[in-house]
Amino acid sequence: MTETISVTRRAFVGGSTAAVVSGLTVGFHVPRGGLSAYASAPKSPEVNAWVVVRPDNTVVVRIARSEMGQGTLTGLAQLVAEELECDWSKVTTEYPTPGQNLARDRVWRDYSTGGSRGIRGSHDYVRQGGAAAREMLKQAAASKWGVPAGEIVASNGMLSHKGSGKTATFGELAEAAGKLAPPKDVALKDPKDWKLIGKPVARLDTAPKVDGSQVYGTDIKLDGLLNAAIKACPVFGGKVASFDAATAKSMPGVRHVLPVGEVAVAVVADTWWQAKSALDAVVITWDEGAHKGASSTSFAAVMRDGLTATKDVAVGNSNGDAAAAIAGAARKVEAVYGYPHQNHATLEPMNATALWTADKCEVWCPTQNGEAALAAAAKAAGLPQQKCDVYKVHLGGGFGRRGAFHDYVTQAVLIAKQVPGVPIKMIWSREEDMAQGFYHPVTMAKATGALDDKGNLVALHIRISGQSILASVRPEAVQAGRDPVVFQGLAKDDPQKPTANEHGICYGVPNLLVDHAMRNPHVPPGFWRGVNVNQNAVYLECFMDELAAAAKVDPLEFRMRLLGNQPKAAAVLKAVAEKGGWGKPMADGVQGRGLALLRSFGSYTAAMAEVSVSTAGKLKMHRIVAATDPGYAVNPRLIEMQVEGSFVYGLGAALKQSCTVKDGRIVETNFDTYSPLSFDEMPKVETIVMPSGGWWGGVGEPTIGVAAPAVLNAIAAATGVRIRELPVKDQKLRA
Amino acid sequence: MAKLNINGKSLDLSVDGSTPLLWALREQAGLTGTKYGCGIAQCGACTVHVDGVPVRSCAITVDSLKPEQKIVTIEGLSTDASHPVQKAWLSMDVPQCGYCQSGMIMAAAALLKEKPKPSDADIDAAMTNICRCGTYQRVRAAIHEAAGGNKSQG
Ligand code: FES
Ligand code: FES
Repeated sequence: MTETISVTRRAFVGGSTAAVVSGLTVGFHVPRGGLSAYASAPKSPEVNAWVVVRPDNTVVVRIARSEMGQGTLTGLAQLVAEELECDWSKVTTEYPTPGQNLARDRVWRDYSTGGSRGIRGSHDYVRQGGAAAREMLKQAAASKWGVPAGEIVASNGMLSHKGSGKTATFGELAEAAGKLAPPKDVALKDPKDWKLIGKPVARLDTAPKVDGSQVYGTDIKLDGLLNAAIKACPVFGGKVASFDAATAKSMPGVRHVLPVGEVAVAVVADTWWQAKSALDAVVITWDEGAHKGASSTSFAAVMRDGLTATKDVAVGNSNGDAAAAIAGAARKVEAVYGYPHQNHATLEPMNATALWTADKCEVWCPTQNGEAALAAAAKAAGLPQQKCDVYKVHLGGGFGRRGAFHDYVTQAVLIAKQVPGVPIKMIWSREEDMAQGFYHPVTMAKATGALDDKGNLVALHIRISGQSILASVRPEAVQAGRDPVVFQGLAKDDPQKPTANEHGICYGVPNLLVDHAMRNPHVPPGFWRGVNVNQNAVYLECFMDELAAAAKVDPLEFRMRLLGNQPKAAAVLKAVAEKGGWGKPMADGVQGRGLALLRSFGSYTAAMAEVSVSTAGKLKMHRIVAATDPGYAVNPRLIEMQVEGSFVYGLGAALKQSCTVKDGRIVETNFDTYSPLSFDEMPKVETIVMPSGGWWGGVGEPTIGVAAPAVLNAIAAATGVRIRELPVKDQKLRA
Repeated sequence: MAKLNINGKSLDLSVDGSTPLLWALREQAGLTGTKYGCGIAQCGACTVHVDGVPVRSCAITVDSLKPEQKIVTIEGLSTDASHPVQKAWLSMDVPQCGYCQSGMIMAAAALLKEKPKPSDADIDAAMTNICRCGTYQRVRAAIHEAAGGNKSQG
């Protein structure tokens, strides 16, 4: 059969097999379990802000945080459903828009999805939402049946009253329940009574991700939509001097060639491929600004100076007198480490779709923070937030790139503003994505340790030198040159209060000093999955192995001696050592094992890596054993997935990735020069989820920090070669 | 104008012949399940089948294809997610963000067609798609499951 598709620009908008967006009003419809925007949901009345129950007993749980692969959608729904006592097999989800949140006094509170805080930052009020809805349903049944609410049992989506034998579904009473005043402070279940929390239930977002129907930002379809490609000045801080659009304008499908702010040029065309092809033909002259001569090498010299600086040094953690103890020690060990700039490189490049008119602006986009996206959209639109809204779609990866920064939303709105009434979908090329990141900060560290004559660690000084994220992103949070985030993983810890400091150092070192000499290059830094834990865990955990080697003490034993006060930290380390067979013979082909331990984002994690290195210096990672104690584990399956993914993301970075700066810009332009860990390189990951209960820790990030040091320590054990400068690909693994 | 056979239908698409197949699929045929990740044949997010062979659609142009060559995208792999690979993916919850998964599934389906019982080494050789979320271990296990084995993960 032959089917001719008429090829006006509306053609691919209208009747395709994938999701169709009708109209330019709020929301869009996504078939097969995808999320539909709040306003387009069938008009079942809500029981409360968190819960809608439809007449067929389907439950819609409202989720404020963003799903970017980490599974928060499922985990948060479990929390609500646990208290609601609904039928889990009938649970679906939807995103309330940030505009709705604004209009309803932030009833859904924080939309920010970062810092591994999705669940631990909202479990209490989200569970309250489910519990309140349950009580309202019970009350509605009580009124209808004329029996005391206290005698009604809610279970599996049913309400029942034993005395009268009456039963009803949630769906039958949802409308009446929604009219009642919500109760305040309903008691939450005792964790020992949880039925759904703690269960490895299947994800709610899988089905549309296996048949291509999941709609990402790049897939948004709207009537009359035009596509935009964009290029910003590759030298950070530079801008557009002038551009010649003559050739581009004559190319097929091209509608507009437009400036975007001072720093970028965009082409708007019927299709994105036309826009991108024409953009390549725009001749742009850049005013490269003050940083056109900057390079990674020149900045390394600046950081090196900070390693020994005595002025303007901020203290992050100290006890005892490290300097004196080091000066008087039997044995002193010293090492210098370095960690490069890295790009998030979400597989879905930055994109946003915007529709602007003089009194309204709407944006469809992937974002880790809907409220921040709304603020960015409103600012760029020149409209109050009340006249704007953002319709979130699932992210094709976030990793921190789409949380604090909505540069891509700003750009899409600035383009749409120049084409009023026409929805504009702007997608970055991969090359643009590599060039315009908010990069993992670059730092170096000088670690100095002192051992007594029995090989015990008596003093440790870690001097960090390099980039501060907050100095660039939230300068007001930097007091007297001190960026507290720089010390993640090395801060003070109180084992009695697992939530008091979420990134504390676990080892009891009698004399300790962690300090930072801030040195900021012109490259914009960002929060990159794991943030500063990534390099700090390398600095601490690799150095622990160096100290153990100098002391001639087994690395496990060396650490355990310092963990007397930290039973939870000791437990995860012991767990990986036991399961990994530490101290026992290695499997065929394995040459070395390495350990790492970390406390970050509120959780305890440890890993043991097994590697071999060929005589030619080629690394093979055979196996990782990883343990996580996140306090409460809402869904062990999701945790396993996050742990596995952390090794792929973290080891890709440690082994293979750096963003090199030359002539003020990033050298690596695509995945050929910026390689993620590949399929065949992934070691087998064995995950131990060991929740000890009593607090709520994070999951998405805590494991990433142990990935690199465990493998680097294993490499050293296998070869005697200590890698101190990342990525590993630039180093020789065999002398 | 280009005549292409996509998911069993012969379509006349008004598209410049130099356009990569990926963009013709997404923008002219409206099949957005096939994803753009790199544009230079590195990531595999754009993988489709051409005459049963997995192909990176960002790296072949429309005019290099003949009208009778059979192009199959994720939307055409099955009409109801019933392909064994899709079923295994669903039962093992393979996807995280999901953006790479159309390409992963198409690559896995092609592998199983060629090698119904692939070894781990076969999988390593065939699966060169990039997943930033790090689903490789589950992809491997799901391929074994789809192959009818219940080889445990890893
Ligand atoms: S988009 Fe084709 S291989 Fe990456
Ligand atoms: S699942 Fe996110 S890139 Fe693969």
